[in-house]
Parts: sequence; C-alpha cells; structure tokens
Amino acid sequence: MDTEPQFFETNATPGIVGQPLSRVDGWAKVTGQAKYSAEYNRLPGLVHAVLKTSDVAKGRVTGIDTSAAQRQPGVVAILTHQNLPKPVKVPDSQVNKGTLNSPMGFFPMMTDEVHYAGQPVAIVVADTLEHAQYAAALLKVTIAAEAPVSSYLDPKAQRYVPKNVKGTAGVTKRGDAQAAVAGAPVQLTATYHHATNHHNPMEPGATTAHWEAPDRLTVYDTTQGVSETQKTLALMLGLATEQVRVVTKYLGGGFGCKAWVWPHVVLAPLTAKAVGRPVKLVLSRQQQYTGMGHREEQEQTLRLGATKEGKLLGIVHEKTSTTSPWDDYAETNSRIINMLYALPAFESTYHLAKASVMTSTSTRAPGDMPGSFALECSMDDLAYQLGLDPIQIRLLNYAEKDPTNGHPWSSKSLKQCYAKGAELFGWSKRNPKNGQTRAGNTLVGWGMATASYPVHNSQGNARVRLYADGHAVVQAGATDLGTGTYTIITQVAADALGLPPENIRFELGDTILPSTQWSGGSTAAGRVSSSVYLAAQDVWEKLIKLAVRDRKSPLYGAKAADVVMEKGRLQLKAKPATGEAFSDIMKRASLGDVEGSAQGRYGSVYKEPSVVADADMNKEEKEAAAGYSMHAFGTHFCEVHVDPELGKVRVTRWVSVMSAGRILNPKTARSQVIGGAIFGMGSALMEQTVRDPHLARYTNADLANYHIPVNADIPDMRVEFVDEHDPHVNAMGVKGIGEISIVGVTAAIANAVFHATGRRLRSLPITPDKVLDAMRQPV
Amino acid sequence: MNDFSYTQAATAKEATALRKDTPTAAYIAGGTTLLDLMKAHLQEHPQLVDINLLPFKGIEQTKDGLRIGALETMSAVGEHPLVVQQFPAVSQSLLLAASPQLRNMASIGGNILQRTRCGYFRDAAFPCNKRVPGSGCPAQTGDNHNLAILGVSESCIANSYPGDFSVALAAFDAVLTLEKGKGKQRQVPLNDFYRLPGNTPHIETVLEPGELIVAITLPNAAHAQSSTYLKVRERSSYAYALASAAVGLDVQGGTIRAARVALGGVGAQPWRSREAERILTGAPATEATFRAAAAAALQGAQPREHNGYKVELAQNTLVRALQQVAA
Repeated sequence: MDTEPQFFETNATPGIVGQPLSRVDGWAKVTGQAKYSAEYNRLPGLVHAVLKTSDVAKGRVTGIDTSAAQRQPGVVAILTHQNLPKPVKVPDSQVNKGTLNSPMGFFPMMTDEVHYAGQPVAIVVADTLEHAQYAAALLKVTIAAEAPVSSYLDPKAQRYVPKNVKGTAGVTKRGDAQAAVAGAPVQLTATYHHATNHHNPMEPGATTAHWEAPDRLTVYDTTQGVSETQKTLALMLGLATEQVRVVTKYLGGGFGCKAWVWPHVVLAPLTAKAVGRPVKLVLSRQQQYTGMGHREEQEQTLRLGATKEGKLLGIVHEKTSTTSPWDDYAETNSRIINMLYALPAFESTYHLAKASVMTSTSTRAPGDMPGSFALECSMDDLAYQLGLDPIQIRLLNYAEKDPTNGHPWSSKSLKQCYAKGAELFGWSKRNPKNGQTRAGNTLVGWGMATASYPVHNSQGNARVRLYADGHAVVQAGATDLGTGTYTIITQVAADALGLPPENIRFELGDTILPSTQWSGGSTAAGRVSSSVYLAAQDVWEKLIKLAVRDRKSPLYGAKAADVVMEKGRLQLKAKPATGEAFSDIMKRASLGDVEGSAQGRYGSVYKEPSVVADADMNKEEKEAAAGYSMHAFGTHFCEVHVDPELGKVRVTRWVSVMSAGRILNPKTARSQVIGGAIFGMGSALMEQTVRDPHLARYTNADLANYHIPVNADIPDMRVEFVDEHDPHVNAMGVKGIGEISIVGVTAAIANAVFHATGRRLRSLPITPDKVLDAMRQPV
Repeated sequence: MNDFSYTQAATAKEATALRKDTPTAAYIAGGTTLLDLMKAHLQEHPQLVDINLLPFKGIEQTKDGLRIGALETMSAVGEHPLVVQQFPAVSQSLLLAASPQLRNMASIGGNILQRTRCGYFRDAAFPCNKRVPGSGCPAQTGDNHNLAILGVSESCIANSYPGDFSVALAAFDAVLTLEKGKGKQRQVPLNDFYRLPGNTPHIETVLEPGELIVAITLPNAAHAQSSTYLKVRERSSYAYALASAAVGLDVQGGTIRAARVALGGVGAQPWRSREAERILTGAPATEATFRAAAAAALQGAQPREHNGYKVELAQNTLVRALQQVAA
C-alpha cells in the first residue's frame, strides 16, 4: 500500500461490526455440512489407522506378537518401531530445536523406548475403523517395565530449577523481593495446589494424510494453526514447505491442545507412506488424555509483603510442577503475578521434576490461569486481614503503568470493570464478615477476582477479492476453533467493503490461503480482522486510483486521498454527492474483480514493525521498543452456596465484566466469556485427572470419570463489556478474549467459599472431601 | 470391539436356549452398559441375544406389592405414578441417575447388573482382580478416592454396583424374579442377589449362567411411601454418587415405627444397614437418633488413603435424608 492505512474507526453510519450477528457457520454445523478433519472419507483407497499404546509408563518394548491381529479381516498393515518409516528429523535433533512447532522433545516409535503410559508403540491399519480397533486390541506388546516416576510428588522425583521454562528464566528477580517481604509490616505465606487438568475438546485429535504424489502431501488435521503444522511436517518429513498442504476447515474446540504438532500428526503421514494409501488416524477419547498434553499438576507458594495500609511491597513466588523426561515445560504462572498490581519487587523460581508422562502444554490461559489463583486468593487474604473490601485492596494497588517495565498501558479499563461488575452484582450489600449468611442447609458467600491477559505479538496475511456484482471472497489461513472467527471476519469484511454480510464468503483453514499465524494466545481476532480490514483498504486504493484516472468517472482528476468509500460507493470526502458505485468503475474498466492483500499486525509490532524483524530482541525489549504494555483486563464476581455437611459447592450467581478493546460481535464474545468462565468453574470445583502413584497411568481418562461441568452446575451468567478504544494494539483496536475469560475464575470461587465458610481452600478442585476436611478445622 | 452375531429372541425359552448353546453369548436389552464394556474390551461376546421382545414388561399392583417388568426403562419406571406415589425413593434413584438419553434406553434389569466404575477395572491396562483374578488390586494403595469402604476386601475395594436404583431396592426389600432355561423361575431378595468380593471379586451376583431377570417386586409399606433418595456427587448431574442414602420412615406421634436404610457409593454392594434400622425403630425422630443411626451404619468402615472422607460424608448424607423424610 502506498498510503498509511487508517485505523478502523466506527462507521459514521452503523455497520455490522459490533452487532450480535449469529454464527455464519451455524447452519452448516447444525445440518452436518461442516466438514471436520476426520470427515474426509472419500479419498481414494482411504484406510484407517489405530494406535496401539503402551500399558506401562516406562520400559522397553521386547516383543510384539502380531499373529492374532494379522489374521483379522481387513488388516492392511501393522507398523512398529521396526518397520515404520522414520522421519527425516525429529524434534530432539539439535539442528531443528526450536524451529519445530512441537512441544515434544521426543518422538515415539523410533526405538523400543517407552517413556509414558499411552505412548504409541504400534499402528494397525485396516479397511474399517472397527477392524483396525479390534486388531489393535489383539496385538500383544511385551514391555520390560521399569519403575516410573508418577509426578513431582513421587518420593523418587528429583527436583531442579531449569534454566528456562517456555522462554521465561527459571529464576526471575525484579528488585529485592526477599528483603521487601522480610521487612514488610504485613506478611502472608500460602501454598496452592492444582490437579492435572485436560482440555477435553469435543473433537479428539484426528489426522488424515494423503500423499497425492511422492513430493505432495495433503493433511486434514485438527490444528489451531495450519501454517505451523505445515512447516513442522515439512521439516520432519524432508519436504519443502509448499509440498505440504494442511487443511482445517472446522475445529471442535482446541483450548491449547491443538496449538502444537503431536506425535499422531506425524505418524499419520508416515503410515500413509508405508501403506501407499490415504490414512485416517483418530485418537480415541482415552488416547486424547496422553496424546495432546494437559495442564500440569503443580503447587505454588506465594509470600507477600505489604504495608499496614495494604500497599504491596514485594512478592516471592515459587512453583513446583511435573514435566516429561525430555522437556523443561511449565506454564509461566509468574507473568500475571509480576504485572497485575503496582508491585515494587518480585522474585519467582520454577522447580521441575521429570516424571514418566507426556509433556504438559498450553491450556486455556496458560500460566495466567493458575498464577491468578495464587495471587487473587492472597490478595483476598490481605483484604480480610486488614479489614478492607476486596475491591478496595485492588484499587489501592492499582497499576497505573506496567510495573515490570514502567510503560504506560495501551489502554486499561479495569477500574470501570470493577465498578460495573460491583454494580451488576450488588457488591455494596456484601457483609464484610465471612461465615455470616445461611440459606437453608447452605452457607452463602460472595467472591471476586481480577482477570488479565496479554496482547501477544503476531502477524499474518489476508486477501480480499471484490467482484463487480457486489460479492466478495475473503481469505486467510486462520483457524476457527469454534469460537466465531468465521462470523467476526465476515462482519469486518462486510463493513470494510460496504457490503451486506451475506455477500461475503470468508475462507480459512488451508495453507493454500494467505498464511497467518495460529489461533492461540487470544491473537486471532485482532490479527485476522486487521489483516482483512487492511486488505479491503488495498482494494479501495486500487479502485480509487482507477477512478481518478478515468475520464468518465465523476471522480476524474480528484486526489486519491480526497476519495473515501461509503457503503460501496466511492465519493469525495468533502462533497459526498460527487462519486459513483464501485461496480460502475469496474464495469467501465472491464474488471470482473479486484484483489487486495495486506499484512495485519497484532500487539507491539503493529505500530513498530521493525521490532518483530529483530529476532534477537526478547519480549521485554520488543515491548520497550513499542513503548506500550498491552493487556486486556476484567473482573469476575460470584455467589456460592456451600453445604458444610455434604461438602458440595454450588455457584449460584455469576457476573463477568471484560474490557478487551473493540468487541467485534457481542454475541460470540459473550459466548467466549461464558465458555471460559465455565471452564474455570470446572477447574475450581471438579476437574482433575489422576495418575496412579505407582504405575503413572491415568485412572480416569474418560468423560464419565473426568468431570466437566454440566448444565445443572451452571447458574445464569451475566457478561458485560466495557468499551475500549485502543489505537495501539492493531488496526481494528481488538484485544483477544479467548483466554482472559478463565483468568481469575478459580480465585473468585475460592474467595466466595472463604466468605461463605471462613475456611480458605487452596487446593483445586474444591471437591466435597476437601470441604468436609476444611469444615473440621477451626476458623 | 469384536465382531459378533446378533439374534433376536421371541421368548424367554428361546433366549435361554441360545445362551445354553453359546455360553459366551450375552443378553442385550438397552445395551447402555454392555456396549461400553465391549468397546473397552472388558467383555467379549461372539453373540448377542436381544431380549427386548420378551414379555418382561408392565408396572402393576399385585397382592405381593408393585411388580415391575425387568425390561421397563429407567425413565418409564422413574416417572410411573404408582412408583412415584408408593416408592418415591425408587423413583428418585432412577431420575437422579445417568442422563435422559441413557434413562430412555436402559432397562432396569440391566441397571441392576451394571458393573463398577473403578478406574482400574475399566482400563484393561491395569491389573484388577475383578477382571483378571489374581492379577492384583492397585486401587488399595492407588486412586481410591471414590471407592468403597464397607464390605471391601484385600482383593477388591470397588463399588461393585456403582448406581442408585439397587440402593433403593435394597432399602425397600425388593425381590427379583429370575428365570432359567425351560421356564423355571425363582425368587431372590435383592439383598441376597449381590455377593461381597472376599477373594472372588469376579463373582458379583448369584445370577446363574443364562439366567434372566424377569421382574422386580416391591412390597408396599408405609415406610416406603414416606421415603427419599439423597445423592451426593462432585457435579450436579451425570455422575456416580460419592455417597447416597435411600431411607424410609414410618413416624407416628414423633416415634419411628419402621425404618429402612440403604447406602450407595460406600459399599462393595448396595449397602442395607440393619444396624441403623435397629437404632431408628422405636426411637424418637430426632437428630440425635439419626446421628446414632448414621454412626452405626458406618461402624465397620475400612477406608483407604483417599476415601476416608466417605465415613463422615455418608453419615451426613444419611442424617440429611432422614431429616428430609421426618420433616
């Protein structure tokens, strides 16, 4: 583009952006026309692959008896570490470390090694899924088992402080937090526990691999990022990037587990290569628990020092968690603890212990979700100890600028969120003392917590093709996780092109489309909407150029900069009557269509593109270069009823107020916040995956015994947004809302339980056994 | 799942004959529990004999009590006016279980025969004495958070029957009518139907090979009419009980004339507590009485590392249920 693109200002005449448009893909989904990655069934000669996984958590495969399986009807092949084609590169090869978009530092079935229960040890390929499943059940795999380590809690576990976890140093210090806490008039120390959680998307991991030629692979995969999967597969299979095509038209939930390339995604094309036919590989529900990561079990100790008035002086944070034998992975809880309040000194240390498990991975608001539990419960403790209202203690420590680097916020409306949430909830009627309200057999309590999530840097491309007949095709290789990307981008394109949304077709989820980064870290809405909006501007720029040079146009001779688009009409800014419809310009020029493209940027790279180019900069330096710290903020309020005899905690009222820049669609945004908060209620009250302490194998890897909330657990939920105008985050002024919606939820509930009972429960989930135990303790 | 053949039996005789010919065959009614077990490779049957055409239907008042055909569905029984009026606890035990879809499919005969949800049983990768006799019971020192504390053994601590319906049946003296080959029928009280694990946890009931559950008979009683089923679980629906109580009281002038108590979620089988009933019968309907009864009911509890809370939870559940009925 020649001219500087303009920030998307709300249209003078109301547009479709900001309207609660219903999902444009809703019809396709409810009628079964939406094609998910495991539904490409008409590929020529398609066969089904089923993984045979290890029963034990550690050992070596000593034998695989295939005889019974081999005799089953329909069996095409049985692959083991002895006959599976090997990838060209594996994630732990030093050459490619860091370039593969995979959390695995280990790839299974290369040798006889077994490092976790549920690790693939063989693959059965058959003509039908049922034949493959049954033959896999008949495979007899003998493994010389060794004693596994089940978690960091295992007495055999060896704890260590890693150099780095996920780009964050194992030990971080800002000021002298130890001294600040030790010298503080008010000191609090508490330890918080979190059970293992799983993402449990409705759609399991599934990969269909089709070698259309020896150098041409098409993969239909359940991924949050087709480009990342494409690059990783190309590297591991020894192909050029363009030789791999990855397609994900619809995704049945991701929540972070589909943000990475997992073993089955690579095993499917290797299997397809071995059998010379397209292969479909779908994880079973049980395999989903060991095949695509989880949120690690962990404990955090938070030591907090404050003045007598309640002003924070310092926080020392330590986290201990389980990682896999080959990775140093921990979600970075310290980020939110470091930045949420005006905190002069901070120190954090990560402790890890390697156990016989798959690597944990990003799970909805990784780090910020558990980090906020420790911080927001401790802030609640501080408020009670000093006799302050929980909102008051937060306002007292309100961060007017980013405490980690002193930068101003690009925008922050947290005070408005507190005020609006308090008003909607009726917080002013709160009894300041806990354990005071009874309703029948239950104790009633109110709690609140702060939410925040950063604006991560990302960028991506989009293309817009406007047809003379007033229709348009809009394209970006993004993914819709089921959250509404199809819908919001249709809205943005409609307004940017001055067309009704039904005239827009938005195509996504394919590497043949303009590449864009993954849908993760709440980046997709801001990045893709900006890319599309800018690509539409590119179209107008081309048409304006055409019009001002066209003698037959009423705009002939005008300066391009003086022409604007209004509802599909190009006209003089100063004299709107002078102008014409875009279709007239195109017809005279014999143009059937005009195409525009652009790169949209999200985060601090938006205003300062140079900062992303300098790969040597770390995150802090990039932020410094951009000059602003960028976060979404919000708050949750809730009421709980606790039955002190039966141990049951019930959430009875819920209010979330979020400020996240421009809200493109309040309906899909509200759904996102409801979904995230329910996810958090699950973590707070019921979700936990349990590994046997001796065998390191999950004992409840199914949806009957891993409890996610059902309708009966969820009250009526009020979700509101505080409007924000943020010209710094991206061209659309959008911040993501996918992750912030879960941050603070567990703390709000635990704080309400404390208010109800006078007992502080610091171990999640808060199940009846823990409530009964707490009720036995003195207040 | 293995390939299997499917035969629809028109009569009980035909069904039992088919089972006699193929002892490894299984009967299928609603299939909601059998198919799960087969998909998880926990049971394998080369043949399924569909019994849905058998005349084991109907909910009717007889001189012995309410007779319910074993092929009636959970939802039909749970919502039937005679059940709701005469045995509210039985109705509630059905309607608080599973999901509407499952309740519409599942037969009550099959419900009585559902198998444990113990994670070690449900995953063939684990040792399990119930599944593979002699292989061991890792639950003893492992994840026993929701396993049983009454009637358990060193071989097995599973809630062999994890559901709700049989708990209510245990409380209200249900009698099962069973049928073997050649139309031969016998009556077995529900409380004699299940077997404690001992060192043979793989033998779960007294049902003989090929035997069918024909009907359930519930004797009418004042204490059954004044009854309730209280279920405590980690989520509000679609979860098995951590603890539950089926109780019935006949209270006259503040004194308990008759009492029935059974507990779910805590026993190796549906746990009828005659100890609790003895304390309740003839005593005033007060919280003190209820507490004493609850203590007696849990007297023999043998908790493991993670299920000790169930002693208190089951007592509190029982007290609450008794309070609700007495109110």
